[in-house]
Amino acid sequence: MGKFSGFRITIAQVFKPKVTGDYPNSKRPKPERFHGRHVLNRYEDGMEKCIGCELCAGVCPANCIYVRGADNPPDSPVSPGERYGFVYEINYLRCIHCDLCVEACPTEAITETKLFEFSFTNRQDAIYTKSELVVDDQGRAQRQPWELWLGDEDDQTSGWMRATASAGQAEFEGKVGWSGELGVGVRAAEPSQDKTRTAIAPTSEPEEVALG
Amino acid sequence: MIRLFAADPLLTGDIDLTVLLIVIVKTLIIFVMLLVGVMLYIWAMRKVIADMQNRIGPQKAGPFGILQSLADGVKLFFKEQSEPAGSDHRVYLLAPYLSIIPAFLAFAIVPIGGTVSIAGHMTELQLADPAIGVLFLLAMSGIGLYGMMLAGWSSGSKYPLIGSVRASAQMLSYEAALGLAIVGVLVHSGTLSTRAIVNQQAWTGAGSIFTDWYWLPAIGAFVIFLIAALAETNHPPFDLVEAEQELTGGFNTEYTGIRFALFYLAEFMNVITMSAIAVTLFLGGPNGPGLGFVASDSWINTWFMPIFWFFLKLMVLLYATVWVRASLPRMRYDRLMDFSWKVLIESAFLWAMATGAIVVGRNEGWNLWILTPAVALGAFLIYFVLMACVPSDKELEEIR
Repeated sequence: MGKFSGFRITIAQVFKPKVTGDYPNSKRPKPERFHGRHVLNRYEDGMEKCIGCELCAGVCPANCIYVRGADNPPDSPVSPGERYGFVYEINYLRCIHCDLCVEACPTEAITETKLFEFSFTNRQDAIYTKSELVVDDQGRAQRQPWELWLGDEDDQTSGWMRATASAGQAEFEGKVGWSGELGVGVRAAEPSQDKTRTAIAPTSEPEEVALG
Repeated sequence: MIRLFAADPLLTGDIDLTVLLIVIVKTLIIFVMLLVGVMLYIWAMRKVIADMQNRIGPQKAGPFGILQSLADGVKLFFKEQSEPAGSDHRVYLLAPYLSIIPAFLAFAIVPIGGTVSIAGHMTELQLADPAIGVLFLLAMSGIGLYGMMLAGWSSGSKYPLIGSVRASAQMLSYEAALGLAIVGVLVHSGTLSTRAIVNQQAWTGAGSIFTDWYWLPAIGAFVIFLIAALAETNHPPFDLVEAEQELTGGFNTEYTGIRFALFYLAEFMNVITMSAIAVTLFLGGPNGPGLGFVASDSWINTWFMPIFWFFLKLMVLLYATVWVRASLPRMRYDRLMDFSWKVLIESAFLWAMATGAIVVGRNEGWNLWILTPAVALGAFLIYFVLMACVPSDKELEEIR
């Protein structure tokens, strides 16, 4: 047909499924290691994981993290260690979601969620303070009024969302590489990156721990 | 008066208040129908093109996004209207209306239904049935050309001026082909009145699709008419008038807000009108099979079915125009002109002459088995002789 083959192509598309989704009423599944906004995780007993070491702030290429540590009060400690994150702020007008803070964190306190749909109307809202970043008593991210969430989009907010996994090295395969979390427990080990092998069962069972 | 509106039985007797009211109501219905029709056509066009590109298309305003063009129109109404300092103010204001009013008027001659009885008066379901019929369409599209020309000229800016020269040259060229294609039907029908042409294509059985409707007897004219009508309405692939990326828009570059929208309204209205005229001239207009199980004089068969067939045929043609829009890339300007002057006009002219010869031969009782090949051969000969006189691209290159 030559010049007129365009007609056949266009009419054939009518009967094919649409590429466009019905966003924002429904969303596509996001990639497993999607970099969204951060949360500050807690241990299964409710203690905060952050120890105020400021490594995240140090490594941040966009200088968007501000941390100040303080000694734990002896009678009511916030974190299991000696110190805790007294001030923790992330400026999302600067954050480039590179996940280097997650890499740097020695206690898996800061991880990224898959949430990214913000529409703040002022700069103050763009700066997430510690009370907004830390997970709630169910271990879920706290929803801010300007964030668009659907359903259980906030489900995957914890340590296994690291940018690079220790499972990439042979000696870590099938091993759980992170501590337990509030509301989630100990997550199963990551599946092998070798697609020919099936996922390996976790070596340790998550334990039920009462909230402290 | 009688000469102009002779065919409509409504206007032949005494003209009293009832007749006047019927005419006013018909006018209003055509007016509203065209406005709503353009709204729905733009929506359907966007939906169909979205279908053809695996998209969804407008979906937010109203069910299935059907109110999207209404929302766009309301937005354009409230936008600021700027005007260049060097413009010719009065002509600048007049130009959009020179486009839109002929677009409305041209639809008046389209028969959208059969002959019905309203309040004791027999009347045809069309606004006007003048004896000049189809010529009225050509006249109106000729006036519409002034809208474009004056819009570009009065803007006092060089790009709109160039754009309007481009647009008017294109419309002028294709109007010739359009008129000659219509002649291909008029030779058969022997009348200009659209109602008479439609009546000649009356439904007498499934065979009348091929024998009575003019698309097959005048197949060449039909094809030429469709192509020329697309070009006449600045529809892709002939939409150089609105080639923003490569030619800085066109005559409407200096228009904003609702004045700008009026040009587009006129353009889409012309697409609808041209499709309706194609239905009238070639596809039997409102003629089609009635429902056999209801009485032939019930309102279903006198009112509903003709209107249904008319709009069904219209929608098929409009879908085809959208299909063309989604499929073909824009033509280059010199090829556009070459196509009209070197192919379409000659073909339409020869088709009209050949049809004339065959019709005369049929009426005189000549042997059509000899006449038809002879006429076809003669037409091809004339075409090639004409083409031999036109310098080829290579020769043109040498001249330059």
